[in-house]
Amino acid sequence: MGVLVLLALVLITVSFRGSADGVQSFGATVLRPFEVGAERVARPFRDAAGWTHDVLNAKSQNKKLERQVTQLQQQVVASQSAVQENADLKRQLAYVDSPSFQKLARDYDVVATRVISQPTSRFEQSIVIAAGRSQGLRVRDPVVTAKGLVGQVTKVFSRVARVTLLTDPGSAASASVLTDPSTIGVVQHGQGSEETLVLDRVPKAKPVRDGDVIVTSGSPAGGELPSLYPRGIQIGLVSSTGDSDTEPFKQIQIDPSVDYSSLQSVLVLVPKQPLPIRP
Amino acid sequence: MIGDAVKAGLLLFAAVLVQTGIFSALTVFGGSIDLPLVTLLCISLLRGSIFGAVAGFWAGLLLDTATLGTLGFTSLLLTVSGFWIGRYGETTARDRAHAPFLSVGVVTILYALGSLALHFFLGEPAPARAVLVDTLPPELALNLLLTVPVYALCRRLFPPAELSDRVREVRLLG
Repeated sequence: MGVLVLLALVLITVSFRGSADGVQSFGATVLRPFEVGAERVARPFRDAAGWTHDVLNAKSQNKKLERQVTQLQQQVVASQSAVQENADLKRQLAYVDSPSFQKLARDYDVVATRVISQPTSRFEQSIVIAAGRSQGLRVRDPVVTAKGLVGQVTKVFSRVARVTLLTDPGSAASASVLTDPSTIGVVQHGQGSEETLVLDRVPKAKPVRDGDVIVTSGSPAGGELPSLYPRGIQIGLVSSTGDSDTEPFKQIQIDPSVDYSSLQSVLVLVPKQPLPIRP
Repeated sequence: MIGDAVKAGLLLFAAVLVQTGIFSALTVFGGSIDLPLVTLLCISLLRGSIFGAVAGFWAGLLLDTATLGTLGFTSLLLTVSGFWIGRYGETTARDRAHAPFLSVGVVTILYALGSLALHFFLGEPAPARAVLVDTLPPELALNLLLTVPVYALCRRLFPPAELSDRVREVRLLG
């Protein structure tokens, strides 16, 4: 028992210093086929659970979506003319843009991959994906799905990588309100369930309403501390806002666009020009 | 003994795969089942402290490798859990029907506290309220429910040592 405890402590020390990456990479490679197999076996059960959940919520969701469609149809018309105007103005100004989610092909190589392990602990909200250094992945690469932001790559081995989710207590992303880009804050894990997110650091004077879309704010081109995430990736919708006399900022809760508990596949955005590493 | 070790190794390997593939994605009232922990405790209760400690180390190593977590972290917690419950199985837990439930209940709570403390010592985020208030009660209930089938399976795979001892003690007289 004493020997095993000592061995475990040595492993923690070695792993914490990053010296055990080779051993862990080998172990992860050996386990990978089993994990992929287990994930395939588990998928029908997860789909069945998801289907049941969707059916139970279908009616209320339908009403909500009908309302959204009406609103969005009006927004599309306004957006189309704004996009055209924006493009014209940028051309006239020879504007140098920062990386943007809408221009993925220009700024990023996209690696689509399977999720082979879900978050197993309340402490670390992270998943393991079936792509690694061999596919060009690097630490700090942003990870998304079609629905929105998932998190960032935090550990890379030859054929697997660990992605820390945005819901991890140690994660954060600069974000803004889609319709008012000057309302900038930081999205991070909030109190409550694992998937609770909050938009922090938004001054009380800024108007934020329920249903507002929150997206990553990116960073100005050539900035000293560039954001890891490109501009315009959806994070979620504002579910509630509040002001408190004792708090200096608004209290904004976000309903995430991504269902972090049932991720099956993700897209890793590998920047064509890696971000500079700063001490 | 070697047969038991192989069976325990394979059972824990399967438990880790099921945990990372299925159970960790299923949350009920905010908590999720911890299959490797329950399986380890049932095995330790039936096979003793040394066996439990080694099985715990193996299960932890597998979990940390599968999730690309800090190597040794889960091993440390599961080694201590396996040893302690194994010791309980060797002494006061003999022939007590409530022993598996008591073991799983107590260790689920201590495991959460231990994880919290270890994360804190390592300087990692350790959200005490989320772990102890939001997650622990449903996890405790789910683990206790899971104890029934898992212990039944473990009893079949690892029949209590006393029975085989009794068979060996039969003497032909006369």
